[in-house]
Amino acid sequence: MIEGSPRPAFDIQPPPRRRGISERWLSPLILSPSLIALFIFVYGFIGMTVWISFSNWRTPSRDLSIIEPLFATYQRLFETTRFQIDIRNTLIFTLFFLVGSVGVGLLLAIVLDQAIPGRAILRNIFLFPYALSFVVTGVAWRWIFNPESGITQLMDTIGVNKLLDLFGLGPVSVNWLISPTVWGNIPMPDAVKAQIGLPIAMIPVLIAAVWQLSGFAMAMYLAGLGTISNDIREAASLDGASSWRTYRDIIIPLLKPITISTLIILGHISLKIFDLIFAMSGKGPGFATDVPGIFVYETTFGATRYNLGAAASVVMLILVSMIMIPYLARSMKDVER
Amino acid sequence: MSTTYDFPGTLHSKPRRRVTFRKIVVFLVLALAVLFYLMPMYVLVISGLKEATNVSISRMWNFPDIASAGGFQEAWNQLGPNLSQSFLLVIPATVISAMLGAINGYLFSKWRFRGSEILFALLLFGMFIPYQSILIPLIQFLDFIGLYGSIAGLITVHVIYGLPITTLIFRNYFANIPYEIVEAARIDGGGLWSIFRQIMLPLSLPAFVVVGIFQFTNIWNEFLFGLTIITNPRQQPITVALNNLSGSFSVSWNVVMAGAVLTALPTLLIYILLGRFFIRGMLAGSMKG
Repeated sequence: MIEGSPRPAFDIQPPPRRRGISERWLSPLILSPSLIALFIFVYGFIGMTVWISFSNWRTPSRDLSIIEPLFATYQRLFETTRFQIDIRNTLIFTLFFLVGSVGVGLLLAIVLDQAIPGRAILRNIFLFPYALSFVVTGVAWRWIFNPESGITQLMDTIGVNKLLDLFGLGPVSVNWLISPTVWGNIPMPDAVKAQIGLPIAMIPVLIAAVWQLSGFAMAMYLAGLGTISNDIREAASLDGASSWRTYRDIIIPLLKPITISTLIILGHISLKIFDLIFAMSGKGPGFATDVPGIFVYETTFGATRYNLGAAASVVMLILVSMIMIPYLARSMKDVER
Repeated sequence: MSTTYDFPGTLHSKPRRRVTFRKIVVFLVLALAVLFYLMPMYVLVISGLKEATNVSISRMWNFPDIASAGGFQEAWNQLGPNLSQSFLLVIPATVISAMLGAINGYLFSKWRFRGSEILFALLLFGMFIPYQSILIPLIQFLDFIGLYGSIAGLITVHVIYGLPITTLIFRNYFANIPYEIVEAARIDGGGLWSIFRQIMLPLSLPAFVVVGIFQFTNIWNEFLFGLTIITNPRQQPITVALNNLSGSFSVSWNVVMAGAVLTALPTLLIYILLGRFFIRGMLAGSMKG
């Protein structure tokens, strides 16, 4: 994105007149308040959180002495069934959420890539949930998946339940949100106390999350599709490729960088997710929808076990960093090239 | 394509039938998608249009017999104070972070120095961290400087954690302004500040709009900081108040729905009126630094 500035600032000749402060120092000087504030608030505070996670602070009164052994809190954290469930939930949620959002986003982008009337309006409809707060999304979908209202009532209202009755089938009753059941049970070592599978209560949350963020994936793909020249499409259709094959063999592979960026951005949102689940289902039955973000909040502010909450937040930070640091490093290298 | 010269033969009918089949698929996908995306908004709005009391949950999907502003009226009574708190928070925080972003972005793109790229990367990392990992020291620090529990404290927090994204958007914007302009201004004796004020700032209105929308939406929708930094329920931002309302048993469900519409309205209006800039900001947050 820096085609316009081929040379860095310090390459050019100094101006004929010298000023009071060398302008070379002026730029870092003006930047320093912002940078110092941000570095304290990001790196300084992360350092303090790491310290707290190694401390004895587990009551409302602060105790920053270091715990013995050093990793005692982390060991306790990973042995806790609830936190094991949280890690399972985060990973399962992230997997299904990414597949859902990118899949739906790509499908919508391809459909909107056709010459159809009302494209702009449709695009705006698919993207508007992105402008909403996760809390609004959580409140709305919580009522839609509420067993007593929501979809159950909708099936009554539009007559599906009457129709099912004719065939001797019971009415549709969607009570996923209150179900503690976990689908699947992937075998794990004995230390893993969480059942590894998909909690049913997570499905409504996944649907709400895909509803909110698939538009983002769509917008990313539409931006990418806009850069693929018509020449490529025409060449493909002259070669006799059907439009489905053009997409599968040519266009989607060309969009790979977009797919990677989208997966990384949505993946890091997913690993941090808190507001949506907090507003929609909380920790859920049997921690079915609990995630580290909620664990940190409840452990720190509810139970005032500061060292345990801090340790869980450090685990969150590590998870996010594992995908964001390589992404940032790659972006910076691309810019310098 | 004209049909008058077509012969009723396999040669022509086959591709035409395929086109219609594809059209049906496209239409079905779009119809289902539109229903899926609009359904929650439909529920929220029609619920809000029902009476504040005596609403029947078995008729939650039906239109109200008589449209009533009752739901919205009650939601307004409940959330009004928090709505104004949200504006008091979001407007100053957006303005300050946009101005700081403009200066920082200008310096990072046009006045680079040894190590500025690394500093910029370190700055950017700040926008991806889970805020849970800084929350305990942050609250201690705000308490220490006397800003814990106040809107001023929350503004400070949003301005500082907004620095990465606002700097990024302005830096990318200024990077597209040719360096020759800066060079010419310097030969004329222009300094760092005068180039910023006289050349860059007048050109940067679109970037201010993008950053303004981005920050307004982000801060309006934010939840965790509002939840943990503001302790007085009447001072909490509207997202936090909506969540409290949603968990309270004394409030009818359709008032909660109306409250959700109220919470969504400011950012939704921005999206509808200024969608083009909204999308630009959204993509800027994900594109390469």
